Amino acid sequence: MSPRVAGSPVVSPQMVRPLVEVGALTVRFARQETPAVAGISFDIEPGECVGLVGESGSGKSVTARALLGLASGACVDADMLRFGDTDLRGLSRSRWRALRGSAGGIGYIPQAALVGLDPLRPVGREIADTLRLHTRASAAERAARVIELLTAVGMPEPELRAGQRPYELSGGLRQRALIASAIALGPRLLIADEPTTALDSTVQAGILDLLHHLQSEGTAILLISHDLAVVSRLASRVAVMQAGSLVEFGPTRRVLDAPQHPYTRRLVAAVPTSQPRGRRLSPSALPVALPVALPVYTPPVAEPTAPPREIVLEARGLSRRFGERQAVDSVSFTLGRGETLGIVGESGSGKTTLARLVLALEHPDAGEVRLFGEEWSTSPEGQRRSRRPLIGAIYQDALSSFDPRLTAGQILGDALRVGAGVGEAAAVETATRTPASRAAGGDNPWRTDLAGLLDAVHLPQATATRRPRFLSGGQQQRVAIARAIAARPAIIVCDEPVSSLDVSVQAQILDLLDDLQSTLGLSYLFITHDLGVVRHASDDVLVMKDGRVLESGPTETVFSAPTADYTRALLAAAPEVSS
Amino acid sequence: MIISPSLTEPPAAQRGRQRSSQRRHRRGHRLARGVSVAEVLAGAVILLLVVAAVAPGLIAPGDPLGINPLQSFQPPSANHLFGTDESGRDIFTRVIHGARASVTIGLTATAIGIGLGLVFGLLAGLGPRWLDFSTTRLLEVLFAFPGLLLALLFIVIYGPGVVTSTIAVGLSTAPGYARLIRSQVRQVRAAPYIEAATVLGHGPASRLVRHLLPNVAGALFVIATLGIGQSIVWAASLSYLGLGAVPPAPEWGAMLSAGRTYISSFWWMTFFPGLFIVLSAAATTLLGRALQQRKRSS
Amino acid sequence: MTPAAPLLRWLLLRLGGVVFVLWAVSTVTFFAIRLIPGDPAEAIVGGPGSEASADALADARAEYGLDQPLLLQYLRFLGRLASLDLGRSYALHQSVASVIADTLPPTLGLAVVALSVAVVIALAVAAWSVRGGRAASAVASFLEVVAAAVPHFWLAILGIVLFSTALGWLPPVSVPGPSGLILPALTLAVPLAGFLGQVMREALLDAMSSPFALSARARGENENGVFWRHALRHSAIPAIGLAGWAFGSLLSGAVVVETIFARPGLGRSLLQAVQGRDVPLVVGVVIVVALGYMLVTTATDLAERLIDPRLAARAVSR
Repeated sequence: MSPRVAGSPVVSPQMVRPLVEVGALTVRFARQETPAVAGISFDIEPGECVGLVGESGSGKSVTARALLGLASGACVDADMLRFGDTDLRGLSRSRWRALRGSAGGIGYIPQAALVGLDPLRPVGREIADTLRLHTRASAAERAARVIELLTAVGMPEPELRAGQRPYELSGGLRQRALIASAIALGPRLLIADEPTTALDSTVQAGILDLLHHLQSEGTAILLISHDLAVVSRLASRVAVMQAGSLVEFGPTRRVLDAPQHPYTRRLVAAVPTSQPRGRRLSPSALPVALPVALPVYTPPVAEPTAPPREIVLEARGLSRRFGERQAVDSVSFTLGRGETLGIVGESGSGKTTLARLVLALEHPDAGEVRLFGEEWSTSPEGQRRSRRPLIGAIYQDALSSFDPRLTAGQILGDALRVGAGVGEAAAVETATRTPASRAAGGDNPWRTDLAGLLDAVHLPQATATRRPRFLSGGQQQRVAIARAIAARPAIIVCDEPVSSLDVSVQAQILDLLDDLQSTLGLSYLFITHDLGVVRHASDDVLVMKDGRVLESGPTETVFSAPTADYTRALLAAAPEVSS
Repeated sequence: MIISPSLTEPPAAQRGRQRSSQRRHRRGHRLARGVSVAEVLAGAVILLLVVAAVAPGLIAPGDPLGINPLQSFQPPSANHLFGTDESGRDIFTRVIHGARASVTIGLTATAIGIGLGLVFGLLAGLGPRWLDFSTTRLLEVLFAFPGLLLALLFIVIYGPGVVTSTIAVGLSTAPGYARLIRSQVRQVRAAPYIEAATVLGHGPASRLVRHLLPNVAGALFVIATLGIGQSIVWAASLSYLGLGAVPPAPEWGAMLSAGRTYISSFWWMTFFPGLFIVLSAAATTLLGRALQQRKRSS
Repeated sequence: MTPAAPLLRWLLLRLGGVVFVLWAVSTVTFFAIRLIPGDPAEAIVGGPGSEASADALADARAEYGLDQPLLLQYLRFLGRLASLDLGRSYALHQSVASVIADTLPPTLGLAVVALSVAVVIALAVAAWSVRGGRAASAVASFLEVVAAAVPHFWLAILGIVLFSTALGWLPPVSVPGPSGLILPALTLAVPLAGFLGQVMREALLDAMSSPFALSARARGENENGVFWRHALRHSAIPAIGLAGWAFGSLLSGAVVVETIFARPGLGRSLLQAVQGRDVPLVVGVVIVVALGYMLVTTATDLAERLIDPRLAARAVSR
């Protein structure tokens, strides 16, 4: 039934030659002027892990699909496209199918681990499909093999899990099931497309360990990721892609330590972990300073003879329960003016609920939030509303926080009207709470016009007439930031503001937040799962797990000398670009 | 509890709701290609219908009721494009003049359905929990009169006729609209951008006027367009059954009903009015779907 | 937690819902019917304008209990309903239950055949268009819109003209046996297939281009495998969701189709009852239809839960 796979292990290794050779691969989609992949060349040795790094739209996933014959609707062209002894160019459909997932063939873990399995079928069935398609094993043999495979990929309780559907499994377990289905028959090459994205860092570490284990058993891996840190853990060589071209290809160490291409250099510099607080992440080619009109406000905390720390936000013993789950459990903290408090934790740690409690979108079961020493969470909404502009928010999914009907200009206009209200009605209060206006008198750092607002977040004026859904992810987040500062807040709650952005865009956004903080004297409550980001961005940090604060203190202290076991485990799991 | 959609919750509208809730934008070939052939045809038909409804004399200058016994049962020809009926009335003229009645009935029925649906849907979607609960139970009861059942019950009570059959179709479509509007309101209410407006300090009234109502209205417009075609079909069905407009009147369903006796010999008497029903229903559906896609991708 | 417990709870809740809706439907119908102007006794004796004698009217009133206070009539109506007695038809002078027992089976048979045909047509067109690329998709989409826009009665007329009058293949009125079923069933099936096809094709397209379909292809599955093993199941969910709507559509269609083909059935009886203002028969049919609707939606909820256990899980966690 199954045709003999070309290049099966029988072939004599007369000379060590790469398992995969790609020469001048070009992939072009119909009705697109520029090719998605433009003449890239690389190779993978047997048993080697090669990393393919690039930002979204750089063509890495398309490259992977071309290697699988799954670049549907695209025109694939190459001088050389070889896997084992098989020339992949012009392969018939049935020969492609015989190659995919088969023994000695190519296994593939698609992007989007969370939705890569059919939600309506038990995961064991999906894994058994690989066996059904390429072997003549009976149903009973397949079932037994599925359990073995699930055990091999580290799935706890494999018998139970095999019968469950994806929605019953966590993200990490789903990814393990997908890996089991990809390696069921022992492919010689495993292509893993963003295998750790959207997973918590401890889970990420487990998946990377599993991939490493597979590699040590002789499987070559093409590891595709936007995350340099992830790639540097596993890959012996790295290929860096930008806009469809391969800009750099070489040993991992060399590429990370001495990047040749300017793009690689920018990419490496943009990783926040390696840069201490205050260091800029984005290159100076981008506008660094705010428009000259804005006087630079130096936060008082930075002064050696700092005035006493002014508490803008205080949480006292906050608790919130949802049904059985204690989402937030007696959390207390204070946030001073001009400071950034990082809140770090994995999914389900309660950090987002904490943000909603602070924003008074959720009522605490116990404890309270005080704003400028006054009642906040305990006030009725009617009284709170006039003070709401004091505390703004930006979210991970900026796009969904915009009314789809409105243009960026209209969205900002709405927020500016709120800000103007603050400016007039609360002039006295503003004067007392904004040192800049206190010091500078009429010289107001707050932009009260649309143009100034767009300038402040480095967006072109033309953005105003566009709807956010047509902007890039980074631009959307800039609009969100502009909206937040338009209302003249003292505090901004940042809920994973850079988590879904490419690393270079992430760097620009982090820098922008930094600039605004120093100009406007903002305080940030910075919520993230990313240790690198939190380390770069915050003065103090709270480590949360299961709704409780496990550890808190100045960021550097917590990171260099963690006291809680969990913090240590988190730090150990966090992929880091070691240099 | 999941209840299935009613008479005229058109599946296409449902789909729109599901897909927009997934926030999936399948941008691409439609935008790139611009307007499809089917949409151009649909546009042409709708234009024809509008002209026929507003000024039928421009297209068919004759008298739709003018009888000419000598010319009865003429097959389609250059003189009588669609032939003539048993009294020698020109069917083309009658079909064109019938557009006004049919389109008016379709629009009115949809307006009644959406109007009622809006009342119940907004009550349930915006009101407190108990109001939502009781409105939803009421809708469940109304859903148990599926299809034309509610319309037939209404006609039993108020007797047949154009007005009652129009109201009847509107009534029987109302529960479906109500549920769609309710879910739309709930969905928009839970949208992150409403929360973002709260965080900025916008009050409930401003959120309602600035965000909630306009976003619900946008979806409603599409749903209404998709519903008009089905309203025309059902109203014509009632006329055909003798429960709506009465034969001498140039209304498509009634013309079909009158032609029924002569099906076997004079096919054109039933063919052309029916064709126009199909054309208008299909054209409004295509228009609705085009709007839906534009909305999704603009 | 035993898996049966939530299911049982759910079924009990559903049953309660069915009883409530049936009560509400019959109450609404009972009082709505009282809004009819004129004397119901006239309908019994022979319809409006029959100039029946006062005695005959009084007899009729007494026979049908119309001379008693409204509340008492309502209570007696509910009491009879509880003992499954739907009363006597004014026009046919036999019990409503027996009328329904006679007319329900042919209508059910017609509906089941029409539904099966519609599903087959919808699925065939959807499957063809999903595999046939963009042009096939556009053609299928157009066909579906047109099919959904065709009124039953016009389709029936075209069918009669074409297949009975012109070709003489099929009988113009419904005769017992399969040949009499073909035209009515097709008439009912085509518009339904249009609606079903739209929904199923969309779901199929989504499933065929989903990440899990890519996973399946990456393990060597061919397009047929992706279609049958994965996509089909996903397209079943929205199609099943349409069941309640389809029930109403089939019933409404049956009214028209049974009338045109002079086919005995529930739909035609309903229309005659409406035209003759045969109140007990209308009420009886309404209640039976409501019950049928509730059964269909309950069954589809159950089916949806079986296909997609996520729904059940969500309902429990709520």
